Parts: sequence; C-alpha cells; structure tokens
Amino acid sequence: MMTSHPLIRMLDRGSTLFLILLGAFAIAVPVLNLLVPAGSSLHVTTYYVALFGKYICYGLLALSIDLIWGYVGILSLGHGAFFALGGYAMGMYLMRQIGTRGVYANPILPDFMVFLNWKELPIFWYGFNHFAYAMLMVLLVPGLLAFVFGWFAFRSRVTGVYLSIITQAMTYALLLGFFRNNFGFGGNNGLTDFKDILGFNVQAEGTRNALLVMSCLMLAICFLVCRAIVTSKLGKVLIGIRDAESRTRFLGYRVESYKLFVFTVSACMAGIAGALYVPQVGIINPGEFAPANSIEAVIWVAVGGRGTLTGAVLGALVVNYAKTFFTSGFLAPYWLFMLGALFIGTTLLMPRGIIGTYNNWRSGQRDKSEAAASAAAEDGEIVDPPQPAPQPSAAE
Amino acid sequence: MALTVVFGMLAGAVNAAHAGPYEDALAGFTTDDFSDTANAVDAVVASGSPLAGTVIQALHDGNLLFSATAKKVYIKKDSGEVLDAETGKPIAGTPPDDTDNVRLNNRLRNIVDSAIGALTLMAPDADKRYDAAQSVFKSRPESARPALEKAIAAEKVARVKTAMQQARAALILSASDTSAADKVAAIAVISERGDQDSLGLLDSMSQGQPPEVAQAVTAAKAKINRTLAIWNTVQNLWYGLSLGSVLLLAAIGLAITFGVMGVINMAHGEMVMIGAYVTFVVQEVIRQRYPGLFDYSLTIALPLAFVVAALVGIVIERTVIRFLYGRPLETLLATWGISLVLQQAVRSIFGPTNKEVGNPSWMSGAFDLGGITITYNRMWIIVFTGIVFVALLAMLRFTRLGLEMRAVTQNRRMAAAVGIRTARIDALTFGLGSGIAGIAGVALSQIDNVSPNLGQGYIIDSFMVVVFGGVGNLWGTLVGALTLGIANKFLEPFAGAVLGKIAILVFIILFIQKRPRGMFALKGRAIEA
Repeated sequence: MMTSHPLIRMLDRGSTLFLILLGAFAIAVPVLNLLVPAGSSLHVTTYYVALFGKYICYGLLALSIDLIWGYVGILSLGHGAFFALGGYAMGMYLMRQIGTRGVYANPILPDFMVFLNWKELPIFWYGFNHFAYAMLMVLLVPGLLAFVFGWFAFRSRVTGVYLSIITQAMTYALLLGFFRNNFGFGGNNGLTDFKDILGFNVQAEGTRNALLVMSCLMLAICFLVCRAIVTSKLGKVLIGIRDAESRTRFLGYRVESYKLFVFTVSACMAGIAGALYVPQVGIINPGEFAPANSIEAVIWVAVGGRGTLTGAVLGALVVNYAKTFFTSGFLAPYWLFMLGALFIGTTLLMPRGIIGTYNNWRSGQRDKSEAAASAAAEDGEIVDPPQPAPQPSAAE
Repeated sequence: MALTVVFGMLAGAVNAAHAGPYEDALAGFTTDDFSDTANAVDAVVASGSPLAGTVIQALHDGNLLFSATAKKVYIKKDSGEVLDAETGKPIAGTPPDDTDNVRLNNRLRNIVDSAIGALTLMAPDADKRYDAAQSVFKSRPESARPALEKAIAAEKVARVKTAMQQARAALILSASDTSAADKVAAIAVISERGDQDSLGLLDSMSQGQPPEVAQAVTAAKAKINRTLAIWNTVQNLWYGLSLGSVLLLAAIGLAITFGVMGVINMAHGEMVMIGAYVTFVVQEVIRQRYPGLFDYSLTIALPLAFVVAALVGIVIERTVIRFLYGRPLETLLATWGISLVLQQAVRSIFGPTNKEVGNPSWMSGAFDLGGITITYNRMWIIVFTGIVFVALLAMLRFTRLGLEMRAVTQNRRMAAAVGIRTARIDALTFGLGSGIAGIAGVALSQIDNVSPNLGQGYIIDSFMVVVFGGVGNLWGTLVGALTLGIANKFLEPFAGAVLGKIAILVFIILFIQKRPRGMFALKGRAIEA
C-alpha cells in the first residue's frame, strides 16, 4: 500500500466516491434548475441553487479548517476572518463593477464613499476593477495575514488553547476595525447591491448556476490539494506534529515551517470560499468576522469527523441544512439549544464525528487490529491514544 | 383706558411712597408686559426680601397671579389656597375677577432661572449654595451681582465662599465697565479655579483688552492648561482603574479554572450573565414585596448570585467537563455549546430585551474630587473588586481548600498521591470560579445592560487578561487587568475607543509571541505538559 502510486494513494475509495458525488451534484442541480420546467416536481428553484452554493462554500471553509485542525492539531478560532477577507476582496471587485449604476452614479467611487463625502478612491481599492487582480488578492490577503500571524505564533511556539485564543482575538480585532466607516470598507453595512460579475448579472439564474458549478469545482480542486498534502510525506510529518510535537521536533523536523505552510494554504482556501460565497449571497459585512462564526465552522468539522476531509464537508452540509430547516419554522427559538447540544454532544459522545465513527465501525467489522492500524496510517485519521482515565492537564 | 393707565401709574407712585423696594418690585408684575416682568424679577431678587424666593419660584412654576385692577400679586399654592405676595399671608375671600397668571416667554424663563440661582445663594444648605454659585459662574447673569455680594459677606463655609468669589470674579470679567486692575485681580481668582469652564471664560475675553489684562489672561490660561493636563492624566488613571477592576472581576474566576484545571471555559461569560439576572430577580421580588429593602438588594443578591452560579458551574463540571479532561480543545468547544444553551435559556425565560436593574441610593450619584467627577457606582465596584481579590488570595493562602487547590495546580499526580481527592477539588474549583463570575455579574449589572448577551461582551477581554497576566497566578491577573484597563483609557484620546481596543488586541497577540505563557508564568515541570 505505502509504495503505490501517489495518485492512487490520493484517491482512495472514500475520496473517489466524494468527488463523484460532488460532480453529480454540480451537474444535477443546474440541469434540474434550468432544463426541468418550473411545474415539475423535480424542478430545483433558483433559491435552492443559491442556498446549495452557499453550503458548498461553507464546505470549503470546513475543509480548510479540517486541514489544520484534523491533521496538524491547530484549532483556529479565526478562520472566519480569512473567509471574510476573501469575501471582501471579491466584494470590492463587485463594487467596482457597479460603475454608474449606483444611487449616486459615481463612475469610480462606490456609493458609501460618495455618501461619506470621500473625494477619491483609497489606494487599497486600486486595481480591484480587474478581475484577475481581485482574484489574486482573494488568495494573497488571507494568505499573507496567515503567513505573518503564523510566522510570529509558530516561531515562538504558541500552541494549544493559547493559539486558539489569539486567533479569536485576531478575528475580533478585524471585526472591530471593519465596523468603522473610515476603514474604507463600507463600515457597518459592508458591501452590497452588486450588479454583475465578469459582465453577467449576479441575480440571473445562469450566473447563479455557474457560481454553484464554480464552487463545486473549487471545492474539488481544494479537496485534491488537501488529499495531496495529507497523503504525501509532508502529511506524515504533519500528523507527527499533531500527535507529538516535541518528538517530531527532536527528530530534526522544523515544526514551525511545516505548520506555517499548512496554515497559509488553509487560509488561502478559506479566502477562496469567502470569495465564492459573496456573489451568491449578495452581501459581505463585518458580521462575518464575528468570533461566533468561526467557532460554528469548527463544529461543522467536529460533527463530520475531524481528520477526515470528506467528513468536514459533510458536516458543513448537514449542520447548515439543519440550520436552514430549523431557523425558518416554528422551531426557530430552539435552534441555539440544538446548536449548543450539538457542540456538547459531538465532543462528548461522538468525538470522531460521523465519518470517523463510520470508518471506525467498518474497520472494527474487518480484521480488528491490523486493519485499524493501516487505515489510521493511511488516512491519518485520529486514533485515540490509550487514555487510562481522563485527567486535567495542570496549568496548561 | 388712558385713565386706567394714568391711575395705575399714580397708584404705583403712591405705593412707592409708602412701601419698601420689594413691594415696589411686585408692582412690575401687574402690567402684563414682558419687559416690566423682567425688571420686576431683577428688582425682587435685589430687594433681599425673605419672600423673594417664594415669589420667583411661583413665577417659575406658573403659580404667580396678578390682578391689574387691584394692583395686587398673588401666589397660588398647590392646595388651592391663595397668598398675598406682599405679606405671604392667605388673603381673605377670593381674588378679584380679572386675576390671571403672570405670563413668561423664553427670554424671561432664562432670567427667572438665573434669578432662582441667585436666590439659592442664600439657601440654608451649603451644597445648594455651592451649586448656585457654580450656576452663577456658568451663566453669569449681571443681576445676580448684588445677591452674590451679600452671600459672600454672609458665607461661613470656605469651599462655598471660594466658589462664590470665583463667580463674582466671572461677573466682574463679563461686566462692560470694569477697570483693568479689577480685571487682573479677577483673572487671578479665576486661574485658581483651573477647569474647562474658566478656560472658556478667559477664551471669550481675549480680544480688545488692555495689554496688562491680555498678559494676565495668557498667563492664567497657561496655568489652567497645566492644571487641566494633570487632572486629565488623573482622570484617565481613574477611568483605567475602573475599567481594569471590571476586567479583573470578570477574569478572576476564569483565571482560577484555567490555572488549576487547564480548562478553557467559554461559558464563563454566561456565569457573569447569570449573576446579573439573579440581581434582576432579587430586585423584582423586592420591588413587589418589600420595597423598603431596595437599598439592600445588592447585599442580598451577592450571596445568591454566588450560590446559583457556583451550582450551575458544578453541574457543568460534573456532567460535561470532567469527561473531557486532557482534551482542552474539545473542552473549549463543549463549553461554547453550553454558553449557547445558557444564553438561549435566559432568552426564553426573561426575553431578549435589556432588563432594568436599579442602582441603590448609595450607588447612584457622583461627587467632585478636584478636577474630576467620580461616580459612586464605579467607586464601589473598584472597592468591591479589591475585597473580592483579597478574599480570594486569603482563601487560597489560608484555607484547607486553597492549599489543596494550589497543590493540584502545581502537581496533580503528587497531590493525588498524598491523598487529595483531585476530582472533588476540580468540581469545587470550577464552582468557585463560576461563583466569582456570578458576583461579578452583580457588580456589572450596575454599569452595563442586563441582557442575554451580557457575558459575550466580556469573554474575549477576560481571556486577554488571563493570557496576558499569566496562568495560575492571581497577581498576574491583577496586573494584567489593570494594565490593560489603564492602557486602553490612555489610548482612547489618541486613537478613539475602537482603534484603542484594536491596538491592545494587536499588542497582546505580539506579546504572546514574546512570552507565550504570560507575564507571570509558572515555572517548573508543570508547564511542559
């Protein structure tokens, strides 16, 4: 198994199944939306196309969190910040595309700047009228922030809950900043009222379907990148860092460089997810930076199964579908109870998540010890170290 | 008509012949003319009559009546009784038919207000006289001068006398016919005062003055600015201390649980919220059943809030957290879930809106200390925080439980080996941390909105304090909280509240890189877990 071709290792059964399902979904939804007549029971309304597109973006965000939490053990409570930064980069492009169709019909300045009596475009808005430049920023801005943040944090060996807390502080600081009008990103209201993307109307059915397909495609590409990382030798080192950081360091690996690389890649993926999310929901505002959003994204990963990339996506879809379902009906006041119970229940009763529990059960069905060991080695799945009795770690 | 006027003037002249200045002044109210009324107000104030206050107050309240035919002024009391303004005695029979209210317009209302200010200069209560002197200083009504002179002569209390002299100096400066020497003397008095108002007064008179006066103004302004700069620093320190004590109160429980158990309790803010809601419930019960006890409501709420929050904490520890020891990141997620459930539970029970929690009388109001105003609620919170901190230190240092908690913090296995029941200590520690959060909630209910989101506002700041101060050391938490509080308040004037906060967050993020375990880190084996 270990000597097989890298491509075969990358595409094990679960991954192939995931990609096939994703592809089928990306084809089926537009077909059912555009080609099946509206009266038919198989017809998918445009509302659902946008909704599914949103879920896929959340799936991509969950994937990026799983890459660092599930495989390197870094619990980031600030990934919502990278997501939102990518979203803002896309939002700035979309704002510049409005042109003279805004309320104040200013060809250069977005409405909110005219409203605030600004005379010229701030320098950091330059270039966002070009799609390619905006897309570069979608990757670069979250990536750069993650690189700088991670470079400081990992070099001085900030780990565990300390790292989680300062990532939370990071997104909180950005939240406060983006709420300010003079920051130049629309303040409280954020960026909205988009007209078109690459010349296509963002509201049009065709564009929405194209965005959905694009989201699925990006999810597939990022999934493959993640698989490539975790199944390579690099991935083995990462799992080593997750399970015993000091030992890995003593073996001669530069732990901080590995962490920094994966953290930056993960932030870029979150940025892509944000960029795809914004045209589909039609707004980006500072609320996306709220620490609660980032923690919620972490629970998607926990529900689906951390350390199983497919699980993260599945978790994002399941939790968000449940959220849509419960918050729209008479059960709305109870949604937070359910979300809270999900946090508690998952960590207490199902720490491996859906996919992890399933894999565990299946490998239990097969030959026990050997299969479990090889599956763990292969998938980098989390194997609980033998714990005699749970004990608090003193003064962490 | 003309005859009436002539007769009226005659009558006035006759009155003037046989009556004092007060009675003369009252006649001005009977003409139903705004400028006559204005003159009458000034004259009544200047007369120094013991009835002047009653008359002006009645005018202010719309209870001053006049009869043009009888040339009489009456005061209507709330009871319906009518007094003769000249004598202050009830009149016999009913007032004449043409009796009407003395009317006021906006200009007159201002005059009346400052007249009341001038009159209260003679009030028996020293605080009232002081306030009146301050209001004369601010509004500077020319008419108050005679009353002020009289009040200064009679004044015994030094503090009030100084304030009155300053008010007189302000009147001298704003008068048009003052000599240069008088002005310089007045400026010297004003510069002693050294606050924003005196600076404003001096600013208003910078132009067109003789050279010696202009020089005195410049010197006085420089002096005042120096005084103001000092007081500004003192004020920032005070505000910082106040913010720091709030942070300390919110963070100290977190520091205990984090220090002893290594547990990140994201539901800590909700314990604070529970404490605040306990205060609300206690006050509601008191309002409905025992209104007389309202001033003791906080004293009653404190132990209750501690017990309720501590019980909730122990339940959480026994049902959730103890299964997650050794997995700090999972604990973080589970307690976040608990915080969502608690918030929603409170929202379901009490509703999503802010609840009104009242300040007992001893916590409302403020007093001036030099150039700053100190509100009682902030002051008591600082005192209270100090008491809680000392009590907690003493508990850790001198009680059996404290000893066992310290032992478990330093070396859990060894502590267990010498017979400490670590599981019990964990539960009690968690209960203690939560209980302290609960009493923090009682204090915070006095200065913040009591809503289901109350705790969320403090949780990130509390983490920052604990992480900055270092874990397992209460002194670290103290220094951390006060440093962050004071730094925040000193940054605010330069950067604004939000940017100041962002700067602090960025600073802590960088600080953590330098000292990953905070300012006062535990040393030894325990830390490299």
